[in-house]
Amino acid sequence: MLLGRVHGTAVCTLKYPGTEGLKLLVVQPLNKNLEPVGSLQVAADVVQAGPGDLCVMVRSREAALAMPEITFVPIDLALVGIVDELEVRNAAGFDLLLKPGWNQFA
Amino acid sequence: MILGKVLGTVVTTISHPHFKNRRLLVIQPLGLPGEAPGEDFLALDSTHAGIGDTVLVNREGGGARLVLQNPDACVISLIVGIVDSVHLD
Repeated sequence: MLLGRVHGTAVCTLKYPGTEGLKLLVVQPLNKNLEPVGSLQVAADVVQAGPGDLCVMVRSREAALAMPEITFVPIDLALVGIVDELEVRNAAGFDLLLKPGWNQFA
Repeated sequence: MILGKVLGTVVTTISHPHFKNRRLLVIQPLGLPGEAPGEDFLALDSTHAGIGDTVLVNREGGGARLVLQNPDACVISLIVGIVDSVHLD
């Protein structure tokens, strides 16, 4: 699951059966610091997001499971939440390396 | 499953019903020294983990559906454990 910013809408007149009525949005996947990762993608919307919204997205088969009615549809990226608040600590303050021997975390 | 560090929290008031009443956390995968750090991602919490905790994350939908006891849950990444220690040879 990943973060993304909505950049616009995509309109398709011809769609696969089961995907009629689904809203398609153009999104830019982002990392934790809200920097772009990869290129623009199209996601199916189930939470009525709009352009400019920061969203939570889900990929693969689970994206189709997020659809409201028919869940066996050819969808591989779905918008499942609108972010109100994002709190991320600076990664430099944490030890993100696994060293040989015992690594104690507790 | 992967080992990761919880670096942040995400608050969503409007979200899919399968995400209700659970926290979404920002996870940074742990790596070996000299290795490129993995891409961060979001995971749903089932263990009451917090920022700074080292966690075990299941990144596959089938296991998440089992834990959430919902055969249609649209969740891929799920935190399934808080790690106390890891030993590497």
